[in-house]
Formats: sequence, structure tokens, C-alpha cells
Amino acid sequence: MQEELEQKIDTLAKEVESLQKKLKAIQNSRKDQLSIACVSGDMDKILATMIISLAAAAMDTKVKIFFSFWALSALRDPKKNPKGKDLISRMFGFMLPKSKNNLKLSKMNMCGMGPVMIKYLMKRHNVLSLDDMFRSAAELGVEIIVCEMSMGLMGFKREEMIDYPHLTYAGAATFVTDAGESTAQLFV
Amino acid sequence: MTQDELKALQVAKSVDARGTACPGPLLEAKKALGTIEEGEIMEILSADEGTKVDIPKWCAKQGHDYLGTVEENGYYKIYMRKN
Repeated sequence: MQEELEQKIDTLAKEVESLQKKLKAIQNSRKDQLSIACVSGDMDKILATMIISLAAAAMDTKVKIFFSFWALSALRDPKKNPKGKDLISRMFGFMLPKSKNNLKLSKMNMCGMGPVMIKYLMKRHNVLSLDDMFRSAAELGVEIIVCEMSMGLMGFKREEMIDYPHLTYAGAATFVTDAGESTAQLFV
Repeated sequence: MTQDELKALQVAKSVDARGTACPGPLLEAKKALGTIEEGEIMEILSADEGTKVDIPKWCAKQGHDYLGTVEENGYYKIYMRKN
């Protein structure tokens, strides 16, 4: 009887020990960090991405946004005109919005009337404009990682991207690694 | 803290964020927090309903003390102590 009890206590102690080790590993692998994969180029989705990022950054959470596919339109600078594009790249460049201020709404776009109305409402309700949001994000150290593959696919050049202090280019594995270290991950 | 106690607090910094919507007040509060010392009290004025729920969460996460909210005519006064 006594022996049996001791054995049970022994196995329990071992189990607790292994659980403690696992817990420590989990605690060490997760940072106070938010990783967002943003693939949508709609104005509303970019707005949501930026508002959530700013709120997180204000709470001292590290924020890394991975921009890919249609979302790249939001990072284009309308004042820059890259040279040496092939026909398809020029076509893509022409068809897609040239900056974050020319994005369409995912619903109620109404040939461009929707975004005009939303911008008017945002101003009336004192919501920061997308320009202001990017400025604040830069101040707070929000990192933007641009998907190199989408850049090539859509024929965008680095020269036509906005001047943002924390902007880097990388591949999908960077997002996967960042997301794995983060306590929160979002896909927009 | 009761409403009267909150109103009588000695405030080191008052942040008027009534001109901004979510997440503007939080951003302004974060900026202002750097200008006060530990143990000092900050007051945030916000007309945004969400702020009075967001600030306590921010305080809990960063280890500051959320002291309470006073509702004024059309806006809120939110009190916190920096730790």
C-alpha cells in the first residue's frame, strides 16, 4: 500500500516536472507581438488593419504587418513613376489603385462615391485619415514587411513604394516565423 | 474610488483627446504618459465611448492603476496612475 502510494507520487512529480518544462518553452517562444497578414486592397480592410495595429502599438505590443497581393496598392506612392516596366506590369500598375487614398470599398463602392462618403464621415467623426495612421504607425515603430513575390507578380518596383521608415522586403517564411513568435495573429 | 474622490484628485497631466476617435485617445494617452513620473496621476478627456473600456485594459496590461471614470456632459474623464 505504502509502496503503491510512493510510486504514484513519483509519477506525478515527474509529470509536473515535464509540464513545467513545456510551460517554460511556451512562455519563452511567445512574445508580446501582433502579426498581421494583410492581403486585401480594400479601403475598409486597410483601415481595420491600421486601426488594430495602432491600438496594439499604443499598448506597447510589437506590430509586424505583412503586406501581400492586393494590399500592395496601399503602399504605392502616387508621386513616384518607376521606369522600365514591361507591358503587363504597366497594365497592372494602371488598373490598380495608385495609393492608399485611391482604394475602393469592399461593399458600397458605388463607382467611387462610397470612399468619398466614408472619408467625409471619418473626418466628421474625427477618425484619423489613412495618411495620419501611417504617420502614427511610423512613429510607434510598426513594422511593414512587403511580400517580395507579390511585388514581382504584379510588376511593382521598390522605387514606387511609399517612404516608410520601418519597411522591409521578405518572403512568406518571414511571416510564418514572426507569426509563430507572436501572441496574436490576424489574416485580413 | 467614488466620483467625488476622482474629481478631487491632484492631476499631473490632463490629456484632451476629445477631438479624436478610436484609437486616437489611446495614442495621445501613450504619448503623454512619457511626460509624467511614476506615481503621478493622468486624466484623459475623451468623447469616444470605447476609450473608457480601452484605457482600463491598457492599464491592466502595462501595470498602471486605473482609478475610475467620471462622466461629464458629452465626454468622459478617465483617471489613471502611472506605475
